[in-house]
Amino acid sequence: MIKQWDTTEKALIVSLPLLITVGLLVPDWIQFFLQVSMASGLVALGVMIQARAGLVSFGQGLYFCIGGYAAGMAGHFWGISDAFVLLLLGVIVTLVIATLLGFLMSRYREIFFAMLSLALSMILYGILVKAEVLGSTDGFNLPRTTFFGWKPEDDAWNTATFIFTCVPTIAIAVLLNRYLRSPMGYIGEAIRENEIRLEYLGTSVKRAVHIKYVIAATVSGAGGVLAAIAVGHVDPEMTYWTTSGQFVFIVLLSGTGNIVAPLIGTFLLEILRIYAVEFSPNTWQMILGIVMLLIILFLPKGLWSLINYYKEKRKS
Amino acid sequence: MSALLETRGLGKKFGEVVAASNINVQIQPKEVIGVIGANGAGKTTFVNMVTGYMQPSEGEIFFRQEKVNGLPSRALTRRGMCRSFQIPQLFLDLTTLENIVIALTIIKQNNPSLLTPTITKPIVDESMALLSRFNIDQYANHKISALAQGVRKLVDIVMATAGNPKLLFLDEPTSGVSADEKMLLMEVLMNALRFTETAVLFIEHDMEIVENFAPRTIAFYEGTILADGETSIVLEDAEVRKYVIGSEFHRQGENTHA
Repeated sequence: MIKQWDTTEKALIVSLPLLITVGLLVPDWIQFFLQVSMASGLVALGVMIQARAGLVSFGQGLYFCIGGYAAGMAGHFWGISDAFVLLLLGVIVTLVIATLLGFLMSRYREIFFAMLSLALSMILYGILVKAEVLGSTDGFNLPRTTFFGWKPEDDAWNTATFIFTCVPTIAIAVLLNRYLRSPMGYIGEAIRENEIRLEYLGTSVKRAVHIKYVIAATVSGAGGVLAAIAVGHVDPEMTYWTTSGQFVFIVLLSGTGNIVAPLIGTFLLEILRIYAVEFSPNTWQMILGIVMLLIILFLPKGLWSLINYYKEKRKS
Repeated sequence: MSALLETRGLGKKFGEVVAASNINVQIQPKEVIGVIGANGAGKTTFVNMVTGYMQPSEGEIFFRQEKVNGLPSRALTRRGMCRSFQIPQLFLDLTTLENIVIALTIIKQNNPSLLTPTITKPIVDESMALLSRFNIDQYANHKISALAQGVRKLVDIVMATAGNPKLLFLDEPTSGVSADEKMLLMEVLMNALRFTETAVLFIEHDMEIVENFAPRTIAFYEGTILADGETSIVLEDAEVRKYVIGSEFHRQGENTHA
């Protein structure tokens, strides 16, 4: 059973060496840009798998920030610089916090879920801004990461962290795809449609939401660690509502049709933003807004629905 | 023989409104029971309480000798009690096949797995077999939202019967189905259930269907049980005729007098 790969999983596995090769060939700034896109893409994946159950998280930045700060504080205060340890630590901390908050969140749906997730993320923002020991609004820097005692310099470090971002991102995407195809994933899908029927079939909807929430949070936490390692810096902006809003924007842009969609969507949003800023430095947000409006009006299921559309067209 | 289901003094109040009171019912294994009563008589409230959707205000419920008051519907499903709904409760945006696959998967896996694929050949075959037992396999790849009410109704019933329950509640299985298809639907349904161990209780407004398919009938009126017994006797009962069936069931009478 475990060995039954579907097309998406195969494509993801094949894309890993390609991604690494491309990343090493392109100029440094594009490589960096790819790396950061993958880290944020993981948070978008967290938003996306929740959206599949009809749950909109307007505060996914919370776990992006918790992951980042967990890794950052371990580096800053305890002098831990090993990338593997930092990633593991970030994941464990988000896992524990999300499991606890999940007891609260799994009781809410729709607008209440959205607003409560937003509220929790803004509480963390409020705390971090007041925490002088953590640099308040400025945040703080991480020591340069090492890999099992290996301390690469400049270019080698760039390459190492790039690969260190690619591998977990692809691995997580494959696992999430597996999750969406699994019975638990299908139950998630069914939550969006009819909770009464699920309960009468003999399963706990609340538990399914809780599990989904924890998975989404943990993945976002991993994204936070990878972003902190890439940038070498964390600040409270990571849990600010505009950051969370961006992840929702990405999911709207890309759609929830496939696990790859939010990863590509993150990359597209970054490109869109660069060009929008270049095209009109003072009103670039307006361009993003117009794009969002067009997507909602003409592609309510996001860019990925175009692919499904052409697939079905070719079939008939 | 010990009863499959027994309720003692079951009642439900919504504030000052009494939706059901002092309901004492015993259901034996493999029985088929029709439930009649005007709208608001407490039929659905009874089913809602017994299946754990609503907590009763008073009284006790025993299912297979176990007191089940306060248990959620999912726990009762696991013990062998299922229901279909007056308004079909389905996953609208998914296909008929996916609906059944989800139902079977949940029935088979107490702890749904996180990493093994859901859609496998055996479970798809099993789902198709279930659908063809109810003559709706031709809709397997249609989204539920594109199906007619009658078909939805059947899908809802298939989902309720997928786990071979000991006791099955059908809340108005023929409502929203055209008059000439009603009999056919009930025949398909009862045939599919004939060879199982399932006891069936169905709520129905069409007396002809009750006469044809239910050896026993329970009549509800204003939240209490008016009559409970052999169908032919209950349908002839003077009070049942006055309060439940009303003038509309004088069909035979009209024919003979005309």
